[in-house]
Amino acid sequence: MASTPWRFGRILFGFALLLWTGPAAGAEPVYPQLTGRVVDDADLLSAADIAELDAELKALEDKSSDQVVVVTLPSLQDFTIEDYGYQLGRHWGIGTEEKDNGVLLIVAPNERKVRIEVGRGLEPILTDAMSKVVINGAILPRFRTGDYAGGIKEGVKGIELLLTGDTAELAERVKGRHDADDPKIDWLVVIFWTLIILWFIWISLRSTQRSAYRRGGGPIFIPGPGWGGSGGSDWSGGNGGGFSGGGGSFGGGGASGNW
Amino acid sequence: MLALTRPRSRTVSRALILLIAGLALAGCGINTIPRLQERAKASWSEVLNQYQRRADLIPNLVETVKGYAAQESKVLTEVIEARAKATQVQLPPDILTNPDAFKKFQDAQNQLSGALGRLLVVTENYPDLKSNQNFLTLQSQLEGTENRIAIARRDYIAAVQDYNTEIRTIPGRWWRAILYPDAQPMQNFTVAEETTKVPEVKF
Repeated sequence: MASTPWRFGRILFGFALLLWTGPAAGAEPVYPQLTGRVVDDADLLSAADIAELDAELKALEDKSSDQVVVVTLPSLQDFTIEDYGYQLGRHWGIGTEEKDNGVLLIVAPNERKVRIEVGRGLEPILTDAMSKVVINGAILPRFRTGDYAGGIKEGVKGIELLLTGDTAELAERVKGRHDADDPKIDWLVVIFWTLIILWFIWISLRSTQRSAYRRGGGPIFIPGPGWGGSGGSDWSGGNGGGFSGGGGSFGGGGASGNW
Repeated sequence: MLALTRPRSRTVSRALILLIAGLALAGCGINTIPRLQERAKASWSEVLNQYQRRADLIPNLVETVKGYAAQESKVLTEVIEARAKATQVQLPPDILTNPDAFKKFQDAQNQLSGALGRLLVVTENYPDLKSNQNFLTLQSQLEGTENRIAIARRDYIAAVQDYNTEIRTIPGRWWRAILYPDAQPMQNFTVAEETTKVPEVKF
């Protein structure tokens, strides 16, 4: 008798568990590891090529603050390259969160597709039309002869030229970077804590005057803003050797081509 | 870090309770509905923005095509008319929660997508046009814009899905009943339409 509601409860619990573990993400592509500025999953480049490109891209980032990553993929997993590209960019978070200044040069040799995926912040500089020019003029002619390394290098040169070509604009952008690098003081937090502390001092002064005998009690601890994760710190690209994205976002800028 | 002698004042303990209650409530989702609502609205603005961008490209594109393929006047007028219709659709402030207005907007944009697709198919027959530098630039811009529209729509769909799920499932449902009674479910792009192909721009 008494066991019926129990059993019912257990069945319900079982169902809940089922639902809990049930739906997994459906059409989510699998992404390669972001191992550096050049991710050569399709094995198109020699070690020397990778080192050369890596150095070039590092220099570009030091100069313009833009993160450019070359990625070759053995398969697009039945996605279009446009579809895969922006999701990969978001997944890796290439570019900084504030400026969204990341660029991906994606090569899928088996699908014979190439794409320059441009982060939102660089869309006005590396426009769709200019990306197309780089693809048609610098990359595709070499890819058609099977010269992947040459095409990728020329493509990177083209991207670099576009990103650094307008020197006045570049200076402006780099200046923005230095501003962002300065340790930012969150004045709201400072004011908040100052007010809290002043308020406590005032309160305790008042209460000591009024009722000096009612003292005691341990120290208390108040959490507040400024505690926990220090959000928004910059990416650790460069110095430590490790390379990672900075949370940049992609909205579909850029151009594609096939050969 | 911050250690103070506990003051025995009533106001202090009351303020402390408020502070702790605020933090605790923030942890259990009292802010989720407004947060998701704002995200969905922002995604919607992005959708509008990208459709607008496409509409801005069209006059130039039509002019360029006219120079080489004036005899294709039927397709050209179709594009011009569809564009006019799409840009003239009145967007009421409640478009996101008003199924009729939302559908009207969607239909107008779909019609424009269709007309544009046909125009681009037609241009395939004009080699001179296809090698025109101006046309190539416009084409890559249009291609990029179609891609951005697709992504903006997908982001909007995801944002609305999160929001609608939140106001219909349990903790969110309660919060809505107590605090946000005017949080209505938002309209989403229909799945059937999402699976129909965006006009593909081929080279």
